[in-house]
Amino acid sequence: MEKDQFIIAKKKYNSRLIVGTGKYKSMSECAKAIKLSGADIVTVAVRRVNITNKNKPLLMDYIDPKKITYLPNTAGCFTSQEALRTLRLAREIGGWKLVKLEVLGDKKNLFPDMIETLKSTEVLAKEGFKVMVYCNDDPLMAKRLENSGADAIMPLAAPIGSGLGIQNKINIQIIRKQTKLPLIIDAGLGQASDATIAMELGCDGVLVNTAIAKAKKPFEMALAFKNAVIAGRQSYRSGRIDKTFMGNPSSPIKGII
Amino acid sequence: MKKTNKIKIKINGKIKLLINDYKLSDLLKNIKIPIKKVAIELNEEIIDKKKINKIKLKNNDKIEIVHFIGGG
Repeated sequence: MEKDQFIIAKKKYNSRLIVGTGKYKSMSECAKAIKLSGADIVTVAVRRVNITNKNKPLLMDYIDPKKITYLPNTAGCFTSQEALRTLRLAREIGGWKLVKLEVLGDKKNLFPDMIETLKSTEVLAKEGFKVMVYCNDDPLMAKRLENSGADAIMPLAAPIGSGLGIQNKINIQIIRKQTKLPLIIDAGLGQASDATIAMELGCDGVLVNTAIAKAKKPFEMALAFKNAVIAGRQSYRSGRIDKTFMGNPSSPIKGII
Repeated sequence: MKKTNKIKIKINGKIKLLINDYKLSDLLKNIKIPIKKVAIELNEEIIDKKKINKIKLKNNDKIEIVHFIGGG
């Protein structure tokens, strides 16, 4: 079997599990869960520094950006303009070019606004950013993003934080067949088996935040997702058997007494 | 009456009064901002952090200082 490498924007990563750093009870809980997950890319948000309370712990003090790749996101942005401003600032913090673009269109279901997302992808790619794009599970839109210079296509499984798992397996498979870009399921997973399903559909990776951070035992769930992603990838590459509606005995018929 | 020699700026949405002739670098030092870990905008334009000691603050300047926090 040829070597199985996970490459985004020409850089190789060890883990196909990308995790978010939001919603944890504390920074130390977040850092420990990330370690257990084995992730080497984590998403981070760009927000105002608290200038009145300087004793608040800093993310960078808990997760070393030299060891773990920070993937700045645009969570909470509802226009292309807001998203571009956020990512230009993110780049300024420490030279980050690999970014996650997420332009939301609806406050209730948090579905992406694909018109604004597409516009932003074009601009960011021209400015030299390496853009991983959160999008809906629409193969046509995924193709447009690819043509606009996206570095990874990241369709949702279900609404962000919903825990519903992959709702449209067919579309994910169609997107898989049409693109050679990294395909990463982003948002909506609820449990480890959802990640396995994503990997078995041929996705290159999954991005998980809430399902780990809000599990009753986040550390155990981080480990479960790590194993689930590995298992799913191995299963995908192993070539599953054909499905049949008939029984097919596992023991030989010949020699039955 | 002596003319007050103060300017009013907005930093991360909060109003702050400063004496005139205040440099951006002085302000950041004063409020103990870890410059390596942040990005700075002055009136919606990103500032090159190497140049902050050359920027004099003016009345009604708007400063935004951002950093990374946990997010999904």
